[in-house]
Amino acid sequence: MLIFEHSREGRRAYAQAPQERPELEDIPKQFRRKSAPGLPSVSELQVVRHYTRLSQLNFSIDTHFYPLGSCTMKYNPRACNQLAMLPGFLSRHPLGPEEHGQGFLACMHELQEMLREVTGMTDVSLTPMAGAQGELAGVAMIKAYHDKRGDHERDEIIVPDAAHGTNPATATMCGLKVREIPTGPDGDVDLDALKEVVGPKTAGIMLTNPSTVGVFDRNIEEIARVVHEAGGLLYYDGANLNAILGKVLPGDMGFDVIHMNLHKTFSTPHGGGGPGAGAIGVSKRLQTFMPGPVVRKEGDRYRWSRADELPDSIGRLSAFMGNAGVLLRAYVYARMLGREGMKRVGEYATLNANYMMERLREAGFALAYPKRRASHEFIITVKRQAKEHGVTANDFAKRLLDHGYHAPTMYFPLLVPECLLIEPTETEAKEEIDGFVDAMASIDAETREDADKVRGAPYTLPVRRLDDVKAAKQLDLVWREGSKAA
Amino acid sequence: MSDVPAELKYTKSHEWVKVGDDGTLTVGITDHAQAALGDLVYVEAPETGESYAPGDACAVVESVKAASDIYCPVAGEIVESHESLADEPEHVNEDPYGDGWIFKLKPENPGDVDELLDADAYQKVIDEED
Repeated sequence: MLIFEHSREGRRAYAQAPQERPELEDIPKQFRRKSAPGLPSVSELQVVRHYTRLSQLNFSIDTHFYPLGSCTMKYNPRACNQLAMLPGFLSRHPLGPEEHGQGFLACMHELQEMLREVTGMTDVSLTPMAGAQGELAGVAMIKAYHDKRGDHERDEIIVPDAAHGTNPATATMCGLKVREIPTGPDGDVDLDALKEVVGPKTAGIMLTNPSTVGVFDRNIEEIARVVHEAGGLLYYDGANLNAILGKVLPGDMGFDVIHMNLHKTFSTPHGGGGPGAGAIGVSKRLQTFMPGPVVRKEGDRYRWSRADELPDSIGRLSAFMGNAGVLLRAYVYARMLGREGMKRVGEYATLNANYMMERLREAGFALAYPKRRASHEFIITVKRQAKEHGVTANDFAKRLLDHGYHAPTMYFPLLVPECLLIEPTETEAKEEIDGFVDAMASIDAETREDADKVRGAPYTLPVRRLDDVKAAKQLDLVWREGSKAA
Repeated sequence: MSDVPAELKYTKSHEWVKVGDDGTLTVGITDHAQAALGDLVYVEAPETGESYAPGDACAVVESVKAASDIYCPVAGEIVESHESLADEPEHVNEDPYGDGWIFKLKPENPGDVDELLDADAYQKVIDEED
C-alpha cells in the first residue's frame, strides 16, 4: 500500500509542518504554483508505521548476507558515516575561501596520497562522481594523450569479452571502436588474440584484474608489454580492486590509468544508484591530462590546483570536486584501516572467497574455473542442474531468498552459462559463509527431489516470483489519483 | 534439444540465414540462442539502407538477462528491417525461424553465404558449448 492510499482529508502530521510561512517575494508571480502540491494527508503515527513497515520489507546487507559483495555494496562501517557528518564538514560551503576549508582540503589531499600509494600511480584526481564517470575520464585521457601527440589514427580500444558492459560503452562514448578479444579456458586473456588485434590503430586496452571471472590474469606483464610496444595505453577497471587492495599495485602491473569505485571498495553507502565517487589514478604520462581540480599542498597550506597546473586536462567533470560526502567517507574508511588494515581487506576477502569456493566444490557444485584460485569472487555454474532437472541459476537465486540469503550476481559474466558469481567480502563471519553453503547444498538436493518446489520460489517473501519480462516492458512507476498499487 | 532446421545456414555467433528466391538473405537468431537469452524484452533492428561488413554488430536483442549484439553474417545492405519486434520481441522467442526474423540483407557477393555453417556444423558448435 502506498502512503497516498492512507491519505484522508484533514489528517496532518504537525511535527513536519513548516514553522513559518516561507517568503515568496523572490519568486516571480508566473512561476508560483496556484494549488497546493498533492501530498498525502496522513497522521504522524501513520507515517511512522508506513515507513517502518516498508523498511522491514528490505532485503539488505543490514539484515541479510549479501553475496553481491563489493561489486555492488559491501558493509559500510557506521563510523564512516558519523565522522563524515561532523558539523564542520556539513556546514562547509563549496564556494567558501580555501582558508576556511583547510580541514576538508587536508582530508582530500591525504585521500589522494593514500589512493596514490595503494594503487602505485603517480597522481590522483577525485573529481569523477561515479565509477562510469571515472571510466569516461580514463578513456578520454587516453584519447587526449594520443591526440596531443598527433597520433590521430589510434581509434580502437581492446576489450576482453569478460569485461563489464560499461567498458565498451565508455569506449563508444569517447568515439573509439571496440575490438573484443576472447578469454582463454583458464580465465586469462587470450594472448594470441591480443597480439593479433594490437597495432598502430590501438589507443589502449581496458582490463579488469582480477577479471570479472574472478581470477588474476597471470599474463598481465606480458599484456602490458604487448600493448605498450604497440603504442597503446592500459586502462585498469577498478571494479575488483577489493581483492588486491594494498597487496598488488596496478601501477606495478604497468597500467597508465585506473578508476576506483570508492563508493564500493572504500565502503560508502550508495543505495538507489548513488551518489558515487570514481576517483582516478594516472601514470606519469597522463598526469597533465587529469580532470581538475585536485588538492595541492604548499608548505602547510592546502589549495585547489590552478588550470595551468593541468595544462592538458580533459576538463571538469563536476561543479566542484566530486561528491564531497562520499569522498569523506572513503577517507575515514582508509584512515581507520591504515596501511596494514588495507592489506587485510584483500587478504580476508580472498580467504573468504576461496574457503567458500572449496566448500561449494565439496558440496558437488561445478566451478567455472576449477583449476584456478579465486580472487575475492568466484563463479559456479548450474548448467548440469538446468539440463538434468530444469532448475536454472535464476531458480537457485530465488530459492536462496527463502533461506534468508540475498541472491548472488546471476548470468554475469555472459561467457559462463547458468552462472552465479559469488563474492562474500572480508566482513562475513565463517558461520555466515557456512550457512550459505549449507543452503546451496539443500537447494541442490531439492532440485533432485522436488524441482517444482525450487522453480516456484520464493515462498516466504512479501512477493512471490515477479514477472521480470512484464516489469521490463511495461514500466509502471507513477502513482496517480485513482490508481491502485500492486 | 534445440531446433536446427537443415535448410538454413548459420554463424558461430548464433544467427541463422535463409536464402530467398531473389538472393535476399533473411537473418534471425537461432532457437538455441533465444533459449539461452531467455525472454526478450527489446529488439533493435538495423536501419534499412545501412551497409555492414561481415561480423559487424548491426542489431541488438535485449533479454531479462543480458543485451547482446547481432552480427551481420556476410557483407551487404539492409533491405528490410523487422521494426515491429521492438514492441513485440516475444516473436523471437516463440518463432525464431519464422515471425522472429530480424532483418533482410542484400549480399554484396551472393557466394559469401556458402562460407557459412550448415546445420550439421552449427549443431557441433552448440554441442561444444554444452
